[in-house]
Amino acid sequence: MARAVSPRRKLVFTLLAWAVGLLIFFPIYWTILTSFKTEGQAINDPPLFFAFDWTLENYALVQERSDYMRYLWNSVIIAGGSTLLGILVAVPAAWSMAFVPSKRTKDILLWMLSTKMLPAVGVLYPIYLLFIEMGLLDTRLGLVVVLMLINLPIIVWMLYTYFREIPVDILEAARMDGANLRSEIFYVLAPMAIPGIASTVLLSLILAWNEAFWTLNLTAAKAAPLTAFIASYSSPEGLFYAKLSAASTMAIAPILILGWFSQKQLVRGLTFGAVK
Amino acid sequence: MGRIQLEQVTKSFGNTEVIHPLDLTIEDGEFAVFVGPSGCGKSTLLRLIAGLEDVSGGAIRIDGVDATELPPARRGLAMVFQSYALYPHMTVRKNIDFPMKMAGMDRAERKRRIENAASILNLTDYLDRRPGQLSGGQRQRVAIGRAIVREPAAFLFDEPLSNLDAALRVGMRIEISELHKRLATTMVYVTHDQVEAMTMADKIVVLNAGRIEQVGSPLDLYHAPRNTFVAGFIGSPRMNLITEDEAARHDAHTIGIRPEHIEVSDESGVWNGRVGVAEHLGSDSFFHVHETGLAETITVRASGEIGLKHGDRIFLSPRADVIHRFDAQGQRLP
Repeated sequence: MARAVSPRRKLVFTLLAWAVGLLIFFPIYWTILTSFKTEGQAINDPPLFFAFDWTLENYALVQERSDYMRYLWNSVIIAGGSTLLGILVAVPAAWSMAFVPSKRTKDILLWMLSTKMLPAVGVLYPIYLLFIEMGLLDTRLGLVVVLMLINLPIIVWMLYTYFREIPVDILEAARMDGANLRSEIFYVLAPMAIPGIASTVLLSLILAWNEAFWTLNLTAAKAAPLTAFIASYSSPEGLFYAKLSAASTMAIAPILILGWFSQKQLVRGLTFGAVK
Repeated sequence: MGRIQLEQVTKSFGNTEVIHPLDLTIEDGEFAVFVGPSGCGKSTLLRLIAGLEDVSGGAIRIDGVDATELPPARRGLAMVFQSYALYPHMTVRKNIDFPMKMAGMDRAERKRRIENAASILNLTDYLDRRPGQLSGGQRQRVAIGRAIVREPAAFLFDEPLSNLDAALRVGMRIEISELHKRLATTMVYVTHDQVEAMTMADKIVVLNAGRIEQVGSPLDLYHAPRNTFVAGFIGSPRMNLITEDEAARHDAHTIGIRPEHIEVSDESGVWNGRVGVAEHLGSDSFFHVHETGLAETITVRASGEIGLKHGDRIFLSPRADVIHRFDAQGQRLP
């Protein structure tokens, strides 16, 4: 017998799912809403939901006080660069782990993942010293390298699970059909792996874009990305919620839009193998 | 041309030797079938010939050329996989075209061969579909099409029919046999199904635990199995293998009598017993007989008109001229 779901049960779970969804979305909603209020309305008690004077003044002020485009450009370079570099390293790594595994492959995969369990602050001091030594402090290059390394375990894992889904038979068929390694990759493997690589790129971009610990600690002015742009508005001398919200909205907007348009691809990528 | 010679070929995975030193020659144009129970090494042997696995020792020659170190692409062989292994992102046309494209063949010639293959295999209407939109039988035909267009020295089939349902399997079996007659190219075919082996092969290679038990034509194997393994494996229902006193009467450790070589009567015979399970196929009836005084259950094949059923008394008389005799090691006695 198929598992029966009563209409009432379905309703309860639907409501619950919506509640959880709204709960997760609420902070973003509130940030965006607050960015259109005046500073006074932003800290009004009780909180104002709709009945306030909508204003774009905060955006104008934020743009005037700091150069948004410079931060944005740094974010693009850092997220894009670390993703590109990461993919260049991860594709061959995941490929060899998936198709020519050795006895230690599983151990290496788990070891790589275990580095993600270390608190980042635990290696801040050595990395900071290394950066000073190598002149990488407050440079885009330094951040590209660090963020690439931070996200590498995740993207190798993701690509590995993707590649594992490609039947070896098909690659062997290509070999029998006379394909050399280059043709095998170009005509057979790549077309089958591209959806997986695309979702991995997307995830890596999002992770790098949102990364705040390393970007805040290793940059000052030149290489500061949007995370630093937000942080500069949470100053100790008096909080300006509306301006902070406007800055935050401007910082998350690009990635939010990217995520919105690619969510289907992303969900497929993250659940690949579990759902066919 | 496609003469394949294996000379003292071995294969080990780690410390386990899965193919023991083995010599075999498959003549040009021959249909050779590797048959044996699962894990006997038949697929491994095929993959060694294909070059998808490297030999651990020995040499493989194709048309006299040492191919042992050649990559699969340069051996001039084509393979049909059990899973079909079609390229899911390409249309049927592109799937069939792929090996010719890799070989850098002329575009017009490629088109001609695709159309020719499609008409032989009834795929003309499906050329622009993708593998996901085809049935199992059609996918199998695409896989065969992809193999034939390159005009290889030999075709390798790795259990190509095991994913098809029974009716389709019989149809495809005949299609592959017809294809062999038509192309007269060497074919090496792996199966665990002895009926496929008997019906298709010019030469059957019976494998067991990484060793060749016997090589011969289907009827050679049927009439003169070299040992008890081949005797039991070839033929359906399997040969009755009888030991102890009855075998001793024939100066053997084991005697073998095929179910069709035992005469059935309801009045008199050498052995009398009781029918356990009766299988009526219409054309034939198989009776599994107990209580004959022998240690083993005896299977007999009789005309479909004999209507004995469970519990009935039955008399059996083996034909004396077709009794196979084996020694204590299971080897055939003269």
